[in-house]
Amino acid sequence: ENVDPQKTAFLLRKAWTLYSVTPLYRFHRARLRDYARLLSAFIAAEKQKGLAVEVGVELDIKVAVSSLADLRGSEQDQAAVLVQLSLRSRASSRNSEDKLVWLGWFCSVYGDDLSENVPEDFTCLPLFLTHGAESYTSMVGSWFQKTFDCCFRRLAISPLNLSWMVAMWAGCKLDRAASAVELDFSVPHLSQPLDISYAIHPEDAKALWDTVQKMPGEITQEEVDVFMDCLYAHFHRHFKIHLSAAKLVKVSTAVASAHCDGIVKILHSQYLPGVLMLLTELAISQIQ
Amino acid sequence: HLATSLPLPSGRDHLRPRIDLIVFMIDIKSKYSLKNVEASLAHVDASFFLGKVCFLVTGVGRVNACSIETSAVCKLGEAYCSPMLFCELELEGIRVATAQRLHRMLQICAGHIPGVSALSFVSLMRSSDDD
Repeated sequence: ENVDPQKTAFLLRKAWTLYSVTPLYRFHRARLRDYARLLSAFIAAEKQKGLAVEVGVELDIKVAVSSLADLRGSEQDQAAVLVQLSLRSRASSRNSEDKLVWLGWFCSVYGDDLSENVPEDFTCLPLFLTHGAESYTSMVGSWFQKTFDCCFRRLAISPLNLSWMVAMWAGCKLDRAASAVELDFSVPHLSQPLDISYAIHPEDAKALWDTVQKMPGEITQEEVDVFMDCLYAHFHRHFKIHLSAAKLVKVSTAVASAHCDGIVKILHSQYLPGVLMLLTELAISQIQ
Repeated sequence: HLATSLPLPSGRDHLRPRIDLIVFMIDIKSKYSLKNVEASLAHVDASFFLGKVCFLVTGVGRVNACSIETSAVCKLGEAYCSPMLFCELELEGIRVATAQRLHRMLQICAGHIPGVSALSFVSLMRSSDDD
């Protein structure tokens, strides 16, 4: 759990698109360099077929696959695997740095529920996070699916799960001044779609959560319901609108933000493991 | 007869026919609908809960849009001893099948099916649920 903040700084403040991944068959950590080479060849072949988006300048995609030993929850978790795609323009000089165009990483933080019940030869890394063009995501995904017989699915986050996230994260203790807690709703079935954004002062939100939560470290569905009902009641008192009838689409706090389409941004390194643990749980429940 | 909540406006009581079945609709995407149903239940006479009430939970096709926990909804059905039907109104096949089920239940509750009473039917549904 003691993750070196330097090593994981690159994970913060980026919008990650989430996927759930079924266990990988015959994935060997010793062969990461080989996998990078094979993936690189696969991407080059896909480009030849004209499936990639790049036009004009002939561009080389360099692939790096590495292990992030610190990024895991328990000893049972597999260490995270990072895939980086960089662009190496032929026109550039030898000294110019490769431009990072796509990042993807597999991880498991306290994913024991899944790894306990899986036969040997399978590696459990149920959460996959990507940042970069969708065309690269689909190429990397296809290669992994073909090579390790696994299955990727976009991880959607239901309003129920978003409420859990906002309650948990609004209650986090932060030493610096925090940004507002924001909930975004969309109102369906109207001739003109209506979006409602509800911003709450972070100290008020934390104070509310502190009165609701009974046992520190434990959160129950009832507590989340009470927290959300208070927020809805307050909004109704002022605007006569029942937010509980609208669709909760996005939640943002100083710790992290999450969108129902499965897009997450983690802002605070201290809570990185906690957020990943929750996302791992969601990924596992989507797989099972 | 459709109503957004109970109690029904008292002005039209004398014009209203006998009510044989009350179907409470809960949209799994709207927490408000659950709260509304819970508030409306308080206005229903106890005799209705002997087989003349049922809960219809809609929107179950979209698991990723749910705002209500399924267990909370099931607990409601248990608390009021009434059957819970789950359906997805956006799919025509399921919509039609659900309508047929409700129609059948209504026929039983209205006493049109000889030999089956509302009470016997609901206890039949309950014992099959427990299995």
